[in-house]
Amino acid sequence: MNILVVGLSHKSAPVEIREKVAFSPTAMAAPLKQMLELPDISEGVIVSTCNRVELYATSREKEGAISRLKDFLADYHQLSRDDLDEHLYDYHGEEAIKHVLRVASSLDSMVIGEPQILGQIKTAYGYASEYKTAGVILNRFLHKAFSVAKRVRTETAIASNAVSVSFAAVELARKIFSTLDDKTVMLIGAGEMCELAARHFVNNGVSEVLVTNRTFARAEKLAEEFQGRAVAFENFQDQLHQVDIVLSSTGAPGYVLPAEKLSEVIRLRRNKPMFLIDIAVPRDIDPRGNKIDNIYLYDVDDLQGVVQANLKERHKEAAKAEAIIEEEITQFQQWLSTLEVKPTVISLRRKLEDIRQAELQKTFSNLGDLGTKERKSIEAMTSAIINKILHKPTSILKDAQNNSDGNLYIDAVRTLFDLSEPSVDPQDKKKQDND
Amino acid sequence: MTTHILLFKITLIAYFTATVLYLVNVVIQHDKSGKFARWALFGGIAVHFGNMALRFFEVRYTPVADLHGSLSFFALCLVVLFLLFDLRYRLPVMGAFISPLALVMMIFAGISHKPLLELNPVLDSWWFPIHITFAFLGNAAFSLAFCAGVMYLLQNWMLKSKHFSALYYRLPSLDTLDKINYSSLTVGFPLMTMGIISGAIWAESVWGTYWSWDPKETWALITWFLYAALLHGRLSIGWRGKRAAIFAIIGFCCLLFTFLGVNLLLSGQHTFEALGG
Repeated sequence: MNILVVGLSHKSAPVEIREKVAFSPTAMAAPLKQMLELPDISEGVIVSTCNRVELYATSREKEGAISRLKDFLADYHQLSRDDLDEHLYDYHGEEAIKHVLRVASSLDSMVIGEPQILGQIKTAYGYASEYKTAGVILNRFLHKAFSVAKRVRTETAIASNAVSVSFAAVELARKIFSTLDDKTVMLIGAGEMCELAARHFVNNGVSEVLVTNRTFARAEKLAEEFQGRAVAFENFQDQLHQVDIVLSSTGAPGYVLPAEKLSEVIRLRRNKPMFLIDIAVPRDIDPRGNKIDNIYLYDVDDLQGVVQANLKERHKEAAKAEAIIEEEITQFQQWLSTLEVKPTVISLRRKLEDIRQAELQKTFSNLGDLGTKERKSIEAMTSAIINKILHKPTSILKDAQNNSDGNLYIDAVRTLFDLSEPSVDPQDKKKQDND
Repeated sequence: MTTHILLFKITLIAYFTATVLYLVNVVIQHDKSGKFARWALFGGIAVHFGNMALRFFEVRYTPVADLHGSLSFFALCLVVLFLLFDLRYRLPVMGAFISPLALVMMIFAGISHKPLLELNPVLDSWWFPIHITFAFLGNAAFSLAFCAGVMYLLQNWMLKSKHFSALYYRLPSLDTLDKINYSSLTVGFPLMTMGIISGAIWAESVWGTYWSWDPKETWALITWFLYAALLHGRLSIGWRGKRAAIFAIIGFCCLLFTFLGVNLLLSGQHTFEALGG
């Protein structure tokens, strides 16, 4: 059985194409059912987000099924297959498994490590289970993808550093102050980014917010929003020594805060460190302020630099995530390979044969003095029982491989008779059990 | 090979392993190796204690009279104190600074290993182990302050210059590093003070005088004044951060000179030759 992936993403198609092939989340029943009606497609899941549209399916064959899935994608959205083809990618077998695991772990995302994609795949899987288009393989496969994504998230730092400027400011503050709980923030001027950053600071424990603005009424309004205190613009500098974090974005043409004032403030603070974020362009705070000990002054470009460094760090972590995925692919493929009829029948026979031999041994040693003839006939009888029992299940399994329930039967037989998965070495098996 | 040498070698290997694991932990941010490194250190100090105990029973006196013994004991104190401290702060990145330091001490201890000689009768006193335990635990605490200082300067430099290397992500906040610096100082200073006082009482009991201005004593006093100044600066004039970090580093250099330089370069009653090592 093959796992197939057909789709397009932000990497292969511009938004004009992506929006045309997106599926409406309110009407997933129809496309899922149509997909399953395609010849030789036994299971199906449709993932549709603003950055990617992907069809996951299982089939006995590869090329033909992939082509039919592509046709379906084009037909369903009334597009010509030729127009679509250059943007489509397709994977089967190991490549398909790898692709889905990478997508779920957010390695294929526009911003690597972003958390939304996992939720989106879970939603897609939800539709497929609701309309019963996901069978044994995709069920197990997507649950695998979820657990791998979780592993990647907990075992690597792929999602741990901020990739937005406003949140990067919070993380920087944490590298200076360790805790933000007893810290005070002052907003100078009112800019959207400033407000957003202030909100992040408040959500991360900052206890007091001061707001100042040339127009005092605006300062009061904003202060109310943060349950803070408005300060008159004329004397905000007198309050600076109580402030640990400054967020500045006025429209002033020159510096609102000269470096000399900052040295004075830091003396008043007895060298307690201060973190100043200057989001204004032209800048509000004299950049020479950064030279003063215990003052950490960041402008917009500096924050961008932090975001870039964080992204680089995420990419480094991505290498670790790839290794985890490689490991999980092998495991999943081992399970997938057990879903073949022939090896299942063979191991089922072997299992019963082992039991038969063991029981015969026991019986013979209990009975003691049996003649060769008696032994032969007991052996023949037990062998006949096994053959009779196995006859029907074997033929059902063989027939079932041609319809979509096949994998269900094979999986059931393997579970019921506790048939160990072939070529799984004990160490891998143990690991799987721990998942 | 006698047993104590074997134990010494095992200790050396344990500290080496811990160093490698801590570096792996920091460089590729592999959490598990930090945990293994801690176990390697725990194993290391257990064997290290065994080594010290064996030497004690072999020669019947505290085996810290020669360079080998002193370095080895310094390393032991350092690792013990770090592990205690690690219980509270859980900072494997600090291990990446401490364990190489302990390893280097052990390597030099290994190089300077000589058979133990007859004991100078002066050392046959209970004051000896008391004196060195205070002094070396104090040294170890100041080593922690030194490492925290170096880490502070690195992190401060990265935050100021806005160059973010991998280390930036691993190092804790400036505030945490400053607190570590301060708490190691508050632990180290009383220990060092006790070390000097117990030394003086011991000197009085063997030479009849509390203080004889031998170079070790003079340098210890200089170091003591340096740390006293730092403590005073922190408590009453708001020294912190970079200045405190630099001071802790200068203090440590002074301490190293007191510990090694005086013994190896100057002469007096504290030299290893004089102590019969």
